[in-house]
Amino acid sequence: MKLGYYPGCTLKTKAKNLEDSAIESMKALGIELIELDRWNCCGAVYSLADDDLVHILAPVRDLIRARDQGFDKVVVLCSMCYNTLARANLLMREDEVKRDALNNFMEEENDYKGEVEVVHYLEVLRDEIGWDKLAEMVKNPLTDWKIAPYYGCTLTRPATISIDEGLSHTIFDDFIKAIGAESVSWDEAETCCGSYQIIANPEAASKTVSMIVTSAKAKAADILALSCPLCEYNVGRRQADLLSEDSDPLPTFYFTQLLAMALGLDDKVSRMELNTPQARDWLKAKELVSEAV
Amino acid sequence: MPIEISLKTVDREITRKIKEISGEPLTKCMQCGTCSGLCPMEESGDISPRGLIHLVNLGQKDLVIKAEFSWLCASCYRCELRCPRGLDIPKIVEAIRLLKLRLNEDYVKPFEIEEERIYELPQIAMVSSFRKHTA
Repeated sequence: MKLGYYPGCTLKTKAKNLEDSAIESMKALGIELIELDRWNCCGAVYSLADDDLVHILAPVRDLIRARDQGFDKVVVLCSMCYNTLARANLLMREDEVKRDALNNFMEEENDYKGEVEVVHYLEVLRDEIGWDKLAEMVKNPLTDWKIAPYYGCTLTRPATISIDEGLSHTIFDDFIKAIGAESVSWDEAETCCGSYQIIANPEAASKTVSMIVTSAKAKAADILALSCPLCEYNVGRRQADLLSEDSDPLPTFYFTQLLAMALGLDDKVSRMELNTPQARDWLKAKELVSEAV
Repeated sequence: MPIEISLKTVDREITRKIKEISGEPLTKCMQCGTCSGLCPMEESGDISPRGLIHLVNLGQKDLVIKAEFSWLCASCYRCELRCPRGLDIPKIVEAIRLLKLRLNEDYVKPFEIEEERIYELPQIAMVSSFRKHTA
């Protein structure tokens, strides 16, 4: 099976570990992710103003590229890109007036009505492969790993674009169980990490990061699994300086890196050298990576 | 916080503008405070989301413009999920932010970000910060 794939800017630079591990794992599961021939930045955040249509153009153009390349589905990994593309797509499906205005503005393109379906990687695992089948394909189950699934904000909110139905989400937990680990049930799984406030108001972000790390540790989580490069930056990379008094760091990994390990893929695909020191130290303690990383 | 509500301080225009930009029926808010209880930024802010919406509905232009909270909201949508009146609160806060940004004043100055940070920040951090915090 082949599916269209939208990477987004961060996956081509800072989050190569997310992209490489995701593509190789999907290949091992029999699905080829084909990157769109042309794509642009989605804008990272969805425009919330009723009178601002210009910022919807970028994500819609990406969806048009996917349709024109013949894909009826486009897979997204970055949580922020997923949110922006899915919401722009919903607008094109449901708001006739705004859809017409946008289509008229992009007169060089054929009209777009939301034909493409935007799906997150976790949805592909659940809907195209299935948790039972995934569990069967796992070669190195992550037995005894206590993993806290961190959904963050943008995969499940607003509810209209959530990757999992209802108010109590299980998709990330189901994934963790399928790779043989224990999914930790904790209070801050869907709490905002502070997002872009890390630039203007780092002290506000430090409070949210502190809440998240403290809560995961209180439930004895070994590591945090996440899907968003900005969450990884705030909760992972900036953890040490935001929570300077904390002596016992919490390692963070992209969920696709855990998947690659469970599928028994070569270490190299997970690009662990791009992870935080606390994540690499934890793997070394488990004797899962060479000293060279 | 005591506030003066008089002909001198009430500006109905700000209520109308925020309603227009957000597209939200602001007066539906019944001031239950569910949003404030859920907001991860409430503790860091100078006013709660509930309080901010109250000020908008009372036409308290100066106080609305002065409130730092509108910059702090990360549009995480926790409040929207549970609002018993079905209000999209992040849209209301975005409208307040835009009222200020449309005066062409940046909240974040891109050139003042430390060089070391620019190299390590993921692109989505900078793009979203500039989208939300610059004119």
